[in-house]
This record gives sequence, structure tokens and C-alpha cells, in this order.
Amino acid sequence: MGRPEGAGAMSGSPLCLAVVPAYNEADTIAQVIASLRREAPQFDTLVVDDGSTDHTAALARRAGAQVLRLPFNLGIGGAVQTGFVYARDHGYELLAQVDGDGQHDAVELERLLATMRESEVDVVCGSRFLTSDHRYPAPISRRTGIHIFAFLLSRMVGTPVSDPTSGFRLYNRRAIELFARDYPHDYPEVEAVLILHHHHLRMLEVPVRMYSRGGGSSSIGTGKSAYYMLKVLLALFVGMGRRPALGLTEDDAAGVERAIG
Amino acid sequence: MQARVQLVAIAGAALLLLAVLEMVRRRRLMERYALLWILSALTLLGLALWNSALVSISHAIGVIYPPNALFFVGIGFILLLLLHFSAAVSRLTDQTDTLAQRQALLEERLRRQERSLHGPAPERRPQTPPEGLGEQARAAGEAQRSAAPRQPLA
Repeated sequence: MGRPEGAGAMSGSPLCLAVVPAYNEADTIAQVIASLRREAPQFDTLVVDDGSTDHTAALARRAGAQVLRLPFNLGIGGAVQTGFVYARDHGYELLAQVDGDGQHDAVELERLLATMRESEVDVVCGSRFLTSDHRYPAPISRRTGIHIFAFLLSRMVGTPVSDPTSGFRLYNRRAIELFARDYPHDYPEVEAVLILHHHHLRMLEVPVRMYSRGGGSSSIGTGKSAYYMLKVLLALFVGMGRRPALGLTEDDAAGVERAIG
Repeated sequence: MQARVQLVAIAGAALLLLAVLEMVRRRRLMERYALLWILSALTLLGLALWNSALVSISHAIGVIYPPNALFFVGIGFILLLLLHFSAAVSRLTDQTDTLAQRQALLEERLRRQERSLHGPAPERRPQTPPEGLGEQARAAGEAQRSAAPRQPLA
């Protein structure tokens, strides 16, 4: 297992990786990488180019990111999971997922990191809906869908979840290993919350500000929204009766943490 | 519709629905492919339970015996599923081709890199001696390689 050379390795703080899944994000990817390197220098940056047909990969490389190019479009789930596998194999202790379209503010990563340090949780998720002053500029249809998932998930996992589709998250080593093994395919963030719950991993939400998309187009077009809704609903309801893919109990997890630390 | 036919239809559709859900639960079937199956099973179940709808469908398509309309609808779904799978197989074939090509290119690149690591290779000819050559030639090549000072890697 090769330890990558990052800023974190030298200062003794945990090795951090920022994973940016990107599909045809040439308009924004350079800015996203630049702001990550500026605002969150302790993170190594990895762009997972999900079979883009534009210059996303070249631009990301020029901006100084490590780039993995997938040979064809896997969808957001497959792309992000590539990041988890990379982080697992290279011994990263923390992984931040940041969108490639400029929606997420790298400045907010510090808040996610602080929450991870202070509270004993495995995943910290940036939520758009926890404060009223950070208005999320999204069409009402999209917001309705998000709130339906939020309502269902909160009841399924027993703790309030306000923004289950947020892809702005920080994962620790346990979560990295879990999702490197098993990560949902399309619209994965919602189902991932349920998978975390099944494996007794804890998630905490913190309020973050998000911007509207800087360019490109969302991975979910309006026509496909209903289809994805159905698919995720099916996944959620069937997922309730699922056994964990990884037989990770609390004791095992503690052992894993000892082995790493 | 006769009671017995109706019972068989209900049982069949319900079994199909349960089997699909159970397969999704066990991760033997991805949600992506399960949705159409679930839609088929639900429609068949609905028509089997709701007799008057089936009767009106059979009138509309000119079928005298209503249970035959159930077959008609069922076959329609089977054709739809087959088309769906043909599209999926086409996509998978495309992706396997891409993977095979990428892997061949990668292999070639790796071999070239290994070759350049194992000694200076300025000439464009195969580095490994052909199979026919004896031990002597191979040994000579080995000696020559070790005699040459290793270039430090950049």
C-alpha cells in the first residue's frame, strides 16, 4: 500500500483526499481544483473523469489534480466509488467528496473537518437546508423530491436527515472502506445514508452554503427525475430489508481503526 | 373470468413480484433492471384482480375470452423486456470492447516501459532474443547489459 506524498503526510495530520467526480465539466473544473488547492491545501485532489467527451481531464491535470479517466461513463455512483477505492488503496484516512461543477465551496471543507474532529462520527455531510439564510436556488420540483427523500430517510434511520442528496461529504477510514466495497449506482447519496445506518456508521449534518451550478448540466435532467425518484424509492424500501454487505460490527470497526492508527 | 383462471393469474403475478423484490434485496438484480419487471408484475396482478378492467380491455382489442387479454398484455411486457435487455446487452458489448482496447493499449505501454527500464534500447528492434537463439546468445546479451553502466532514472 503506497502512501502518497501529500501536505498532510509531512505535518502529521491525517492524509486527506478530495475526490471530484466530473462529467463534461470543462467550464468549471479548473476553478474547482484551484479553489481546493487554495482553500484546503491539506487535501490531495483527485478528479475522476467519468468518460467526459470534452477537455475535463486535461484541464484538471493542468490545474494540478491527480486524474483518473474512466473508459466510459459509469454514472455518478461508479465515479465516486472509484475515488473510494483509490483512497482505500493509497491509505488515505479522510475523503471529501466535492462536486466538479462549482456548487460546493472549498472554504466550507474546514467546517466539515472541524466537525469530524470534534464529534465521533464517520461521515460529515454538508446540508443546504439547516439554516434559513442560506437559500438553495433550486427549482421547486427538485426541492420537493429532496424533501420527500429527507422525510423517508429520517424515519428509516431514526435521526433527522435534512439534505440526503447533498454530495458534499467528508468520510473517515471506516466509511471509505465500506463504500469502496459497496456504493449505490445512480443518485447514490440518498441510498448511501441508509447503507451507513445499516453498518452502524454515524453521520452528522452541518449547514453549508451552496452555489447554483457554474456550468455544464446536472447529471439529472428533468425528464429523468421521475425515473430516478422511482428507482431510489425502490432501493430505499427494498434496502430496509437488506443485510449489510460487509459484516462489520462495532468491535470489528474498532479493530480496523486500531490497525490503521 | 372463471374463478380458477383468475386465481392462477393472481398467484402467478404475485409470485413474480415477490421473486423480483427478493432478488433486488439479495443484490442479485439491480434496481435499474428491476423496475420494468415490477411494472409488468404489478400490471398483471392488477388486471388479474380487477376483472372489469380486463373485460373492457378484451372488448377494446376484440378478444372474446378475457383471460386471453391477460396473455396479450403479458406478451406485450415480455417483448418490452426483451427489447430492454437487447439495449442493455448492446451497451455492455460496447463497454467490453472499449475495456479490451484500453487494456491492450495499457499492456503495450507497460511492455514498452519495462523494456526501457531493462537497459538502453535505442534501436527499434525486439529486445528479447527470438525463441530460436541458444543460451549463448542470451548469456552474451545478459553480460553486455550488466557491463553497461545503469543510467540513473530521471
